[in-house]
Amino acid sequence: MNAPMNPRKLRITTTSLSGCFGCHMSFLDIDERLLELAALVEFDRSPITDIKHCSQHCDLALVEGGVCNAENVHVLRELRANAKILVAFGACAVNGGLPAQRNHLDVGQCLSQVYRTPDGSATAIPDDPELPLLLDKVYPVNEVVRVDYFLPGCPPSADTIWKFLTDLLTGRTPRIEHPLLKFD
Amino acid sequence: MSVSAEISSLIEPILQRHAWRPDRLVQILREVQEAVDFISDETAAHLAEALKIPYAQVHSTRDFYAFFYRENRGRYRVLFSDNITDRMAGNQALFEHMAKRLKLERGKVSDDGLVSIDYCSCTGMCDQGPAILVNNRAITRMTLRRVDEICDLIRGQVPLDKWPAEFFRVDDNIRRADMLLGTPHEPGKAVRAAIARGRDGMLAEMKLSNLRGRGGAGFTTAVKWEACRNAPATPRYIVCNADEGEPGTFKDRVLLQSYAGRVFEGMVIAAWTVGASHGFLYLRGEYLYLLQPLEAYLAGMRAAGLLGRDIGGVAGFDFDIEIHLGAGAYICGEETALIESLEGKAGRPRVRPPFPVTSGYMGKPTVVNNVETLCKVTEIAINGGAWYEAIGTKQSTGTKILSVAGDCARPGLYEYAFGVRIAQVLEDCGAQEAIAVQVSGASGVCLSEREFGRRIAFEDVPTAGSFMIFGKQRDLFEVARNFAHFFAHESCGFCTPCRVGTVLMKEIMDKIAEGRGTQYEMNELLRLQQVLKPGSHCGLGQTAGNAVADTVQKFRPAYERRLAETDFVPAFDLDAALSRARELAGRDDAAAHLGEEA
Amino acid sequence: MSETSNANSFSIDGQRIPFTPGQTILQAALAAGVYIPHLCHHPDLKPHGSCKLCTVIVNGRNGSACTQMAMPGIEVENNSPTLNDRRRVLLQMLFVEGNHFCPGCEKSGNCQLQALAYDLEMLAPHFRHAYPVRPIDTTHPDVWLDLNRCIMCELCVRASRDIDGKNVFALAGRGVDSHIVVNSPSGRLGDSALSIDDAAVHVCPVGAIMVKRVGYAVPIGERQFDEQPISRQVDYLAARHIPIVPVAATEER
Ligand SMILES: Cc1cc2nc3c(=O)[nH]c(=O)nc-3n(C[C@H](O)[C@H](O)[C@H](O)COP(=O)(O)O)c2cc1C
Ligand code: SF4
Ligand code: SF4
Ligand code: SF4
Ligand code: FES
Repeated sequence: MNAPMNPRKLRITTTSLSGCFGCHMSFLDIDERLLELAALVEFDRSPITDIKHCSQHCDLALVEGGVCNAENVHVLRELRANAKILVAFGACAVNGGLPAQRNHLDVGQCLSQVYRTPDGSATAIPDDPELPLLLDKVYPVNEVVRVDYFLPGCPPSADTIWKFLTDLLTGRTPRIEHPLLKFD
Repeated sequence: MSVSAEISSLIEPILQRHAWRPDRLVQILREVQEAVDFISDETAAHLAEALKIPYAQVHSTRDFYAFFYRENRGRYRVLFSDNITDRMAGNQALFEHMAKRLKLERGKVSDDGLVSIDYCSCTGMCDQGPAILVNNRAITRMTLRRVDEICDLIRGQVPLDKWPAEFFRVDDNIRRADMLLGTPHEPGKAVRAAIARGRDGMLAEMKLSNLRGRGGAGFTTAVKWEACRNAPATPRYIVCNADEGEPGTFKDRVLLQSYAGRVFEGMVIAAWTVGASHGFLYLRGEYLYLLQPLEAYLAGMRAAGLLGRDIGGVAGFDFDIEIHLGAGAYICGEETALIESLEGKAGRPRVRPPFPVTSGYMGKPTVVNNVETLCKVTEIAINGGAWYEAIGTKQSTGTKILSVAGDCARPGLYEYAFGVRIAQVLEDCGAQEAIAVQVSGASGVCLSEREFGRRIAFEDVPTAGSFMIFGKQRDLFEVARNFAHFFAHESCGFCTPCRVGTVLMKEIMDKIAEGRGTQYEMNELLRLQQVLKPGSHCGLGQTAGNAVADTVQKFRPAYERRLAETDFVPAFDLDAALSRARELAGRDDAAAHLGEEA
Repeated sequence: MSETSNANSFSIDGQRIPFTPGQTILQAALAAGVYIPHLCHHPDLKPHGSCKLCTVIVNGRNGSACTQMAMPGIEVENNSPTLNDRRRVLLQMLFVEGNHFCPGCEKSGNCQLQALAYDLEMLAPHFRHAYPVRPIDTTHPDVWLDLNRCIMCELCVRASRDIDGKNVFALAGRGVDSHIVVNSPSGRLGDSALSIDDAAVHVCPVGAIMVKRVGYAVPIGERQFDEQPISRQVDYLAARHIPIVPVAATEER
């Protein structure tokens, strides 16, 4: 990789909203290149660091998963407010993905299917304030906050992620094309 | 799957009258609905079997037209015309009032299955609105009082033909008459004059006159006729386009109501010139009230030897005219969609070329002309092309009828020689404080005050006739938003840019209206226009973004004052998106809510 | 390449394209190995012109390459940033209009819509998703219909009508409510005249009409558009034919 234009380390925050952590796993899949990356970036709030809230302003936010419930909205807003650049990271962030397959159903239908006793009869839907409430639909990230870049793929391959990050780090507008551009 | 004996017995005579011809499907569906109120899947299947056509074809046609219903919409189906001029005259308050009195929700039938109310596209009564349709019969000059009276009549189940005749009065409102509206019609004179000139002679006069079509595109009529005449196939057809769906246009309605002789004689002359044997008048469904008088007029012409066999005593000059009704589809004004509809299908525009003049109705050479164009033909037959050519401007000969509506003292028809300035029209109709004029309907152009010196003519501001005036109290954003809704509703759905683009445009306009728009949405509107205009299959999509683009450019503050202060707002209310889950979980704690901001 | 003179050639982006009279711009281009993006065109079927992906600029005027006839000497603009930008917007429109979840779609890798999106570097559908509620029909023994992925190209309509002689499919509704309907008294595929070897079954460019029990027979990664982007598969596009047993035009309905 060429010498970065910016000597300061790039500060990255990441999260998985309604995702499966597959995009994060794929990120880790860049393998030994992680070491190269570690010299150039540092992580703030992220499942990788266990930092619970953004501690300072970040350069880059990678958001995995669609927006499914109230908690997702809070997390997403925090990242948006704390990052210069926000990336919809992976298929679910881009179009809701598999969780969005519930979008043609009523939330009530979904919940009453889920909250059942072992014999199959319906039970009360819990009213615990700790549980985040579901939105009527699963929304792509760009329908809730402004998004700067999209990185599709289910998950985006390690090579795709690497290409995207190295483009960014070297000051090129990221460009993902064949064979790196995949929706699945 | 079968229909009841009662329904079957009501449908049978209709099928018989149309000789079980599948190409009459649109007409059959219209009459079936009139007889049995709606066209259920069972009825559709019954029709498919009787006509020996695929079930899917009946479904496809039924579901295309806004005035055909798959489910019961009641014995009284009330539609409020929702053009911007109806809005300006207060149609929404009237709608709410009726909904409340009849305890109805928009688009839903009452529990007893008696009545439903909804909105529909412009019904062409803009000079005497707000207007409604009840079972496709137009009622003008609606007031709160009239709403009350209608509610009582419906609740009392009084048949429509017993309602006060005054409700159905449609005025001509001719405010300025020139050579067409001001010259008395002498039946047969124009046809005899054309016959005397001979087929070649009549075509030569048409060429001299340089008459251009009044339906919008402004195509030279003689060129169209000559191409049809030279097409080898027969029979040839003459179609009069009376679909008049362009919001704000109502001049064809007046011509058909009070100048029908000219329209039909124009068709006879066209038939004479190109050698056609059969004619259609495609009348928009909203003008159903004209059907009977027009049929009577045609009967009179047949009796007078102006239609039928050996017209004007010329052996072998046989020509007759049939009236087809539309069923609530603006796109059927586009000539190839119109022809599809005449053939009993959904009105989706064909690929052109081939053009109708070589391959039109049933694949045969067909001339499609606007109502007003055909009226002009009678003037040329009588007075000659040179006389005609001297009126108007170089590229726009003759006179043009404008349908003037909106903020002015005297709405109605104004006939001018081409070349008249916008400001002149405004002065004549008593529009003192106009800030904008939408010329040529929703698909036309929005002119601001600084452009009022421009002229009505193909070389400057072309128009199909609509002239809607907006006074200084009006909000041009709402005007454009009304039009955006119109196009999303009327797109036929054939091509991608228009089918999806018109809906996206409408949604963005609604987002801005709700205060959720930002500069980003303004850019999106223009970005969509850059795909709609060059990429759409027909004129509908190509013009659908014009009003939005014009007003973004010329009335930008009307948009800007609605924009949010941030750089992004979601299109939906996040807190509302939680409401269903809140209700299900029985929660109302702080964590069960989302504010607008982070 | 045969002798080309101005009388039997035209140009696309400055490149000379020979043609035979009666060919459309798209047919001539594909025959000459020049790629013009397209979705609703198929070599076995009559031109239709609804998807508008193939829109080119012919002597300064916009037109569909799949319906417009090749003419001597015309100048066609095709592979330009302006046109490709518009095409990308059209693709985004098609994606948000339906429900396209590629990770769970058997067509992925063989899908023309997806392949075009890759080729034109469409990274996201951009517009607000409509998430429409659309039906899935599994009543047929061999074929299933998932209208969530339908792009209204009417290839199935044309194939069933013009090749199979059956009229199994029709486009119904208007505008945004347009949808494919099946010709049977119940409206279900299982009650229709469709059979597995109909051309209509194999012509769908996306994953809306699918043959049952062939799930992932060809692994992801080895599919039609995995090896090369669609724009480099012109020979395939020009010569693909539906694997069909022609059916005599019967009076089926
Ligand atoms: C969406 C659309 C709607 C149209 N509606 C009408 C109409 O209501 N009446 C009409 O005469 N022409 C209408 N036209 C124009 C017709 O396609 C056609 O050009 C016209 O009828 C030709 O007649 P003319 O040459 O006498 O003007 C419409 C065109 C489009 C694209
Ligand atoms: S532009 Fe609109 S109305 Fe015209 S064909 Fe396309 S979808 Fe239909
Ligand atoms: S049809 Fe094509 S674009 Fe749609 S989900 Fe399937 S693979 Fe993706
Ligand atoms: S089902 Fe397939 S072939 Fe038929 S219209 Fe839809 S996308 Fe086209
Ligand atoms: S391929 Fe030409 S419009 Fe679809």
